[in-house]
Amino acid sequence: MYHFLTGPALWIVFAVFIGGLMTRLAFLIGLSRERDRVFYNHADLTWGFKSIFYWIIPWGSDAMRRQPVFAFMVFLLHIALLAVPLFLNAHNLLWHEAFGISLPSLPDTVADGLTVALIGAGIFLLVRRIVRPEVRILTSTWDYTLLILTLLPFVTGLCAYHQWGDYPTMLLLHILSGQVLLILIPFTKLGHMLLFFFTRAFIGFEMGGRRKARSW
Amino acid sequence: MTDTKYNHTQPSKVDPKQIRALLEANNSARIRTWLNICSRCGLCADSCFVYQGNNRDPKLSPAYKFKHTLGEMYRRKGNVDAAFLSRCFEVLWLQCTMCKRCSMHCPFGIDVASMIALARSICYSQGITAEKLAEFTENCRKSGNHMGMPPEELIDTCEWMVEEVEDDYRGVTIPIDKKGAKFMYTINPREPVFYPQDIANAAIIFTAARENWTMPSFGWDCTNLPMFAGDRAVAGQQVRNVYEKARQLGAEKILITECGHAYRSLQFEGPYLAGYPDGQPPVEVVHYVQLLHDYLVEGRIRIDPAKKITAPVTYQDPCNVSRNGGLWEQARTVISYLAKDFRDMAPNRDRNHCCGGGGGIMPMGPDFRPPRMKSGSVKAEQIRATGAKIVIAPCHNCFDQINDLGEAHELDVKVLSFKEILLETMIVPEYMQIKKDA
Repeated sequence: MYHFLTGPALWIVFAVFIGGLMTRLAFLIGLSRERDRVFYNHADLTWGFKSIFYWIIPWGSDAMRRQPVFAFMVFLLHIALLAVPLFLNAHNLLWHEAFGISLPSLPDTVADGLTVALIGAGIFLLVRRIVRPEVRILTSTWDYTLLILTLLPFVTGLCAYHQWGDYPTMLLLHILSGQVLLILIPFTKLGHMLLFFFTRAFIGFEMGGRRKARSW
Repeated sequence: MTDTKYNHTQPSKVDPKQIRALLEANNSARIRTWLNICSRCGLCADSCFVYQGNNRDPKLSPAYKFKHTLGEMYRRKGNVDAAFLSRCFEVLWLQCTMCKRCSMHCPFGIDVASMIALARSICYSQGITAEKLAEFTENCRKSGNHMGMPPEELIDTCEWMVEEVEDDYRGVTIPIDKKGAKFMYTINPREPVFYPQDIANAAIIFTAARENWTMPSFGWDCTNLPMFAGDRAVAGQQVRNVYEKARQLGAEKILITECGHAYRSLQFEGPYLAGYPDGQPPVEVVHYVQLLHDYLVEGRIRIDPAKKITAPVTYQDPCNVSRNGGLWEQARTVISYLAKDFRDMAPNRDRNHCCGGGGGIMPMGPDFRPPRMKSGSVKAEQIRATGAKIVIAPCHNCFDQINDLGEAHELDVKVLSFKEILLETMIVPEYMQIKKDA
């Protein structure tokens, strides 16, 4: 099972993840050439960049400053979400084993801390979804599911690392939940990992490029 | 929102096939992406004055509004009934003025206003829109202006205004259809019908600045309620009338009176409504706030320091002049010439709140006053907090809405347009003065 998941299954997962995202992007770009002239007509690199920049620095936008704790948690979640899987020492060993290349590694204690922080931030987001009426009313079962699915690889990874529970089972669950998440990204709202840059750039063109108004 | 049923035009038999075709034709990369990646974070709620003004009703967050109108139409692939569209009416026309403030507060910059506009056009295709907006649209279709006013009547009004002012100023004229003018001046149809003095004021200011301008006998109506009614075809015709008249007269620029949505229409959305692929208006479009700014900065109009307003003044940033027009600093520069005690509202400039009269709800008539007053409570409190006695509003809808708000929320304020203040404060040039012998 382990060999299948880290062998052929992994190739399929990467192919679906990267291929899915690229196909979705290619489809949208193709469609936009015909139906979204407004995107290209007013494209403005400076304003597009500013529009993205103020939303990827902590509390860079007015809306984030209005909900500073939420903004902080969102940052924590996203930073750990990218950093831990990419720079975890154990993952790098696997890269090295397979391809002879690897990325710089985070010290295990840092990765451990980030994982705990991510899970904490995830729980905060979950509770916020339930507690705030304007968020609860928007939230569907699928939104809760996706949030839990996002946290699952980290929870299982943490357990596996600390040898909590049955290690082989935990490891399998970790790999499996990670793969499920990667496969879901291209087909769900999680696609925002790529599409964020386009929609944000667009509103930057629209408000800033055309009107000099801030879109953050 | 209250439970009152608000009247709209009666739908024809709902045709799901037609709705589906419209949804399909408009299913752009932007719409697909917006509907798909909205993460339901709820940050947009706080940015919306309708939400704030109605006890933070969670059903009034921008995300909820587009999800349950356009989002639902797409989800059901157009398979909706008249009852659904009737519920959409209340959301689309009463709960959103398309002020675009939420887009700035959305992490993904989702353009909710564009989706609301599309949903309105879908309702319109099934015969659902605000009754008054339907009437105005019909007038536009037939006559090119919202009041169905024949050209002779406009010309008569202009002549009458010239006569009205000739006792006070020398040399004021209103040139009609003059070729090769620098500015073709376009107006809000409320002016010739209800406030003809506004046209006289404009003529006096042009004369004082020795401007080369003209008033067109057709294509003079810069406003565009079909755009808010959801009739994209007539909305396109409405802007084309103006663009084409300006070209025909060889006017260098189209000038817009103190009106917000006219600027949004002619400068930003018009080129798309009229089908110009490059998204640019074929003739340069200038808003009156910009014109006044240039006149004052260049010294073409001079203000008498003794006549500067001393009462505290605040400025209503019309959404379609400030956030959606980019002219917030120009307006403040103009005010620095006119008033001694200026007090800004908070938030302001591109982050202003809509007054609650935008998106077509003001011209929808008195039936819609209660929700306007409720949503507008945010603006009313903003105004009250400044302690100002005068609110300057270079937009007819803001002007009327703030007048209503003043009454409903007991604000002790007077609403004025820039032109009115200018007339009171400017130095009348020598050549316009009438020497009255004793």
